Amino acid sequence: MLTKAKDVVCTFCGCLCDDIILTLDENRIVRVERACANGMGLFKNYNPDLLSPKIRGKEASWEKAIKEASEILSSAKYPLIYGLSSTSSEAQRVSVKLAEALGASIDSTSSVCHGPTGLAMQFVGEPTCTLGEIKNRADLLIFWGCNPIVSHSRHFARYSVMPKGRFVQDGRKGRKMVVIDVRLTQTARVADVFLQVKPGGDFELLVALKALVKGKSLDAVEAGGISTKVLQELVTDMKACRYGMIFFGMGLTMTKGRDLNVRELFSLVKELNDHTKFSALPMRGHGNVTGADQVMSWLCGYPFAVNFSKGYPRYGPGEFSVVDLLCNKETDALLVLASDPVAHLPSKAVDHIMEIPTIVIDPAESLSAKKATVYFPTAMYGVDCEGTAYRMDGVPLRLKAPMKGNRPSDEEVLEAILEGVRRC
Amino acid sequence: MLVIKGGQVYDPINGINGETKDIWIEGGKIVESLGHIPQDVTVIDALGMIVMPGGIDIHAHIAGSKVNTGRKLCPEDHYEHFRMAKGGLRSGVGFTVPTTFLTGYKYAEMGYTTVVEAASAPIVTRHTYEELEDMPILDKAILITLGNNELLMDRIAMGEMDEARDLVAWLLKSAGGYGVKVVNPGGVENWKWGGNVTSWDDEVKYFNLSPRKITKALIKIADELGLPHPVHLHGINLGLPGSDITTAEIIKDACGRLHLCHLQFLSYGKDKKGRMCSGGSYIANLVNEHPNVTLDVGQIVFGNATTMTSDGPLEYRIQKMTGHKWCNDDVECETGGGIVPLEYKITSLSSAIQWITGMELFLLVKDPWSIALTTDHPNAGPFFCYPQIIRLLMDRDYRNYFISLLPPRAFRGSVLKDLDREYSLYEIAIITRAAQAKILGLANKGHLGIGADADVSIYAPENFGKRQCICRFKHCRRALDFPSWVIKGGEVVVKDGVVLNEVPSVVFRVVPSHDESIKDKIREEFEKYYTISFDNYPVQEDYLKNTKEVICG
Ligand code: SF4
Repeated sequence: MLTKAKDVVCTFCGCLCDDIILTLDENRIVRVERACANGMGLFKNYNPDLLSPKIRGKEASWEKAIKEASEILSSAKYPLIYGLSSTSSEAQRVSVKLAEALGASIDSTSSVCHGPTGLAMQFVGEPTCTLGEIKNRADLLIFWGCNPIVSHSRHFARYSVMPKGRFVQDGRKGRKMVVIDVRLTQTARVADVFLQVKPGGDFELLVALKALVKGKSLDAVEAGGISTKVLQELVTDMKACRYGMIFFGMGLTMTKGRDLNVRELFSLVKELNDHTKFSALPMRGHGNVTGADQVMSWLCGYPFAVNFSKGYPRYGPGEFSVVDLLCNKETDALLVLASDPVAHLPSKAVDHIMEIPTIVIDPAESLSAKKATVYFPTAMYGVDCEGTAYRMDGVPLRLKAPMKGNRPSDEEVLEAILEGVRRC
Repeated sequence: MLVIKGGQVYDPINGINGETKDIWIEGGKIVESLGHIPQDVTVIDALGMIVMPGGIDIHAHIAGSKVNTGRKLCPEDHYEHFRMAKGGLRSGVGFTVPTTFLTGYKYAEMGYTTVVEAASAPIVTRHTYEELEDMPILDKAILITLGNNELLMDRIAMGEMDEARDLVAWLLKSAGGYGVKVVNPGGVENWKWGGNVTSWDDEVKYFNLSPRKITKALIKIADELGLPHPVHLHGINLGLPGSDITTAEIIKDACGRLHLCHLQFLSYGKDKKGRMCSGGSYIANLVNEHPNVTLDVGQIVFGNATTMTSDGPLEYRIQKMTGHKWCNDDVECETGGGIVPLEYKITSLSSAIQWITGMELFLLVKDPWSIALTTDHPNAGPFFCYPQIIRLLMDRDYRNYFISLLPPRAFRGSVLKDLDREYSLYEIAIITRAAQAKILGLANKGHLGIGADADVSIYAPENFGKRQCICRFKHCRRALDFPSWVIKGGEVVVKDGVVLNEVPSVVFRVVPSHDESIKDKIREEFEKYYTISFDNYPVQEDYLKNTKEVICG
């Protein structure tokens, strides 16, 4: 019998579109409406059947796997919990509890995407807004170092470029769209203005813009590869708009300058608020990476890169962050929660992962899962288990479980490991 | 069963003023005395000790999106202030913006058992609920921000008051809220275009409304819905010299019950030369004439603070003044918010005037039942400095010593030096417990009568100064601190000033009756202006498991 589930939240990316319609047949998704291709992939082909955990690649019982995982963690001297961004905040909360019980380090994928945004924010603050304000008010949209057409496909339609809002009743026609990037991306192709910054030139460009906004003149004929005249035009637009917005991505946070780039960007936006209304918003990638920041902030006081070895949370980006801990070969056991570091981290870090015992909790048997000492195949948040996720702008949403769950959730596995650790 | 034996009981709601009395507890409630003490009963010997209901905080920012941004924003606030995980209790960090578990423990260690989160936008209240689950011991309630809600403003502007009332009821129910918070009505909406309001009759851009109309409509609606707590108002011009004038205007104009929060921040006068001065005595006198009005003070505590409010334009101004780091967050269709950390310096003229203004309110408002002790945590100072304020109110010598530390110019236009009032313990019990419960409309809180929730704090006067305050302010002296025992819901949670264990807690909320058709009336507009699905908006049952409904009417 066919059943429909409405207003389902897609957890593939930080847009968390919550209008998805699923058609189910005997606990299989047969039709997905409204999702983009990325979201489609999340729901389609998902098989919720119960699978056995694996210990060193061989199927094992849940009890055995929990016991093995608990022993690995409790005998480790400097364990690390990493990932967090593709699971519910309920599971994230338990992972912090586990880190505390173990005296472990805990870090999220923020550390390798928008960690620098967090650092920048801690220096200068962050003038921001929720996505609805953009839909209702923004008449100037600047996309900097991000390519939402590919990475956040429905962002344009739902939140930024296209929608008709309370005070932008003409939708696309009522908004000017500018893209700043090192190459002509798909997003850049549909922009009203494309400014090609030279690689590594973002910081220079930001400083120049800030100077111009402050009414200073520039000696240089160009900054970051863009002519001063063009910059002056952009500044005129920035000051003349009613509600301006800058979205930025890893083209700014993970290139030369990193947190300094974002600091400069936030200062620029702060400066613009002396002239008109302006906000900035990082394009957060994973479905609940924003939730990871939130949960860690309310439990640890810091958004990522936390260590519990002294019995309380200590903050150390560059010290307790995943790449550093692994590259320095400090970590002697790794628990991966809903992430795939073997596929995504630099090779030196992956080399160390290969040398230490690892535990992977993930609905899919990722590369990291294949390598894991213990692997737990869990339910997928928002598909066959419920929970909470935070959209890129911090708006929290309830995730339903449109499919009947057979597998344990991440949260349940973490709780069981915590119990196991306490018994060890 | 538990008996607290031989303590001096301060229970103003029941008129008990320091009399020696045994308190009997069973099943989480205060019960009748059995006359004799049976064998299997736990007895707490409170001889020579002060016994009071658990403390209540009517206005603090403890959880939710804004508070959490504050935590994230200020790592420097946390480094030196930490608590280790021990004995089944969780770890935490933070001074002005502590993490959730630490917040629960620190309130309890001061003898407080109920705290109200003062501002949560309905759309992000799911988040607030998640954090409150991680804040043990304390019973809580959430006020939701409605003073700049666009769907609501549309209805008030069109004079559709029935619909507006139904919408308020539906929003309270949907968000799991307890009361209506109004912050800079209309001003926050204007800030979304970079503006603000400065008078009650200014225009709210594009809404054909004024701050006055919004406020008065909400006062009326709260009354019609029979909400246990009246409109909780953070007015206009907060922090500005001359805010006493606009505050006075709304006190005179409010027809109906009204709670004015952190009123100290809205009671500054302007002298003939345009300089800021205390308007505390002026406002206190007005409050004395208007029994429909209550207030909490939002007293300044010298040292570090983190300002955080839905009043976006205010935080922008503080940022311009201080040059400190600044967060702003415009929340779609509902409200705004901002955060700026700052320090109140005892040598600073303006900080001193703020301090004086708060003290004048405390000492000149005659009826203690209309005034509540708060610091608008963490805006005027952190909550764990309440014992310092209590000492200032109870001990004139200490207060005078404190006054001598302030810049003399701060006393221009102030009567504080002439005030010799000292609060009694009975009055302190009112402004930290009984009045707070009454103003909130929590009938089982704030007293020790039969049937009340068994939340009790027991203090030994010799221990008041025992805990050195972490504020490191060298002139800090404390009273009513370091409780020997704290009992929450009938269970011992604190002994000798230290939390022993966690106990379950609830979040109070209201579900006012309303015409259900309001949902159909707003659905279409909602989907046009918001970015989440209408049916995903209300806080789901999953988050409301530990809530308790307080009946309206
Ligand atoms: S934009 Fe993101 S959240 Fe929306 S459907 Fe596509 S992948 Fe899912």
